[in-house]
Amino acid sequence: MNLYKFSSPVTFYPLAGKMWPWFAALAGIFTVAGLYLGLFVAPVDYQQGEVYRILYIHVPASVIGMFIYLVMAVYGVLALTLNTRLSAMMMEALAPTGALLTVLALWTGSLWGRPTWGTYWVWDARITSTLLLVFLYVGYLALTHAIEDKRRADKAGALLVIVSSINVPIIYFSVKWWNTLHQGSSVSLAGNAIASPAMRWGLLLMTLACWMYAIAMTLVRVRAVIRERESDAAWMADAGGSKS
Amino acid sequence: MNLAAAQVSIEPVAMMAPERAVWLAAGRDLRLGLRSRAELIQALVFLIIVVSLFPLAVGPESALLKRIASGVVWVAALLSVLLTLPRIFAADYADGTLEQLVMSPYPLPLIAAGKMLAHWLMSGLPLTLIAPLLGLQFGLEANELVVLVASLMLGTPILSMIGAIGAALTLGVRGGSILMALLVLPLYVPVLIFGSGAVEQSMVSIDYSANLSLLGAGLLLGALVVPFAVASALRISLD
Repeated sequence: MNLYKFSSPVTFYPLAGKMWPWFAALAGIFTVAGLYLGLFVAPVDYQQGEVYRILYIHVPASVIGMFIYLVMAVYGVLALTLNTRLSAMMMEALAPTGALLTVLALWTGSLWGRPTWGTYWVWDARITSTLLLVFLYVGYLALTHAIEDKRRADKAGALLVIVSSINVPIIYFSVKWWNTLHQGSSVSLAGNAIASPAMRWGLLLMTLACWMYAIAMTLVRVRAVIRERESDAAWMADAGGSKS
Repeated sequence: MNLAAAQVSIEPVAMMAPERAVWLAAGRDLRLGLRSRAELIQALVFLIIVVSLFPLAVGPESALLKRIASGVVWVAALLSVLLTLPRIFAADYADGTLEQLVMSPYPLPLIAAGKMLAHWLMSGLPLTLIAPLLGLQFGLEANELVVLVASLMLGTPILSMIGAIGAALTLGVRGGSILMALLVLPLYVPVLIFGSGAVEQSMVSIDYSANLSLLGAGLLLGALVVPFAVASALRISLD
């Protein structure tokens, strides 16, 4: 099969339309299974009680939120080197989901932090670098929306994400060292080792669910992006997606 | 015969060594910058004012001020550099010079490097030289002042470089300056942490050389990579 065949919006638009329901269905199945394991089967944490169960949203959201930025960087490289329009469209489609999940990770984290650590916010290394990741998403969204010429917006966004993604590990380690410099972190996740297999499977399934959700959302959104940009193209009229 | 003559006539006029593009671009920007000295001084005054606001905000207690000194000076330095970033490209973009530079036979990354160098000489360097004065106001000791200057000397060129990428990407974009702050400030975080961290470590007599080494490494890496990023950002913006 020629993979390049689907690097054009013309061929990818119907493919995305066929694929997204499957990913959405998988996301649904994994969520039901993961939440069942996490909320009903997995034992109560002996230190934190029931409240630890927010982990099943918190960890997947932060993992996938970070992962999406890396995927965007890969698409950014493709957009700049191969000059494929679809790569930039995928970036545009990925960014809102990535930003949403990262904010969700911070939100659930602070809801979790209140009962366990007694505070909504700590300047812990992980939390701070997640916050900075939100800023990077916001920067990408702000830049691409501020530039009116779509071609320029695509390339500028791609370059920004590549430059920032080189910075992501530097930011992460600098924040980590910064934190240890000030005071020992009293809030390490290593304390609550995930012992029970039900917990582990629940977490894994929820992470998969989150991943599938992100793919489904991105495919739906990239279809909207293609529609918006190609509304004048002849093929769009043939595909029945014309605006008129 | 005629053909040969024509070929001779379209030979570029005494093409210089490409490296000279760095010095030419830097020299030109320096000359232009030094002609409007008021702007340079304004950025320094801005720095001094921002730093002076902190004692007014948190109170004159000298132990507290000394504790936050390095952070205050570093944050003020970030903001001051941020405000001067439009100088790198904006005027050249507005009058079309930038397009000529992009089309010139000299490598664009080298021209960009020259412009970044000039920007640092006119923003980061004066700021670094005035920093001991600000440190004194916050009660820093002599050896801490030395570390502060060293950290700024290594760190502010990185600020100019990362900032140049942001400035190039936001050329001619509506609401460009606030947008540029959004793009650039998160990327400044490691520089802030290492720079301010070095001073803090010198205050508690810990070996601060690791932080300075990291800043130096960042500077070298940046000097190697950033000119290419800026060049491609300029090409994207002028496309």
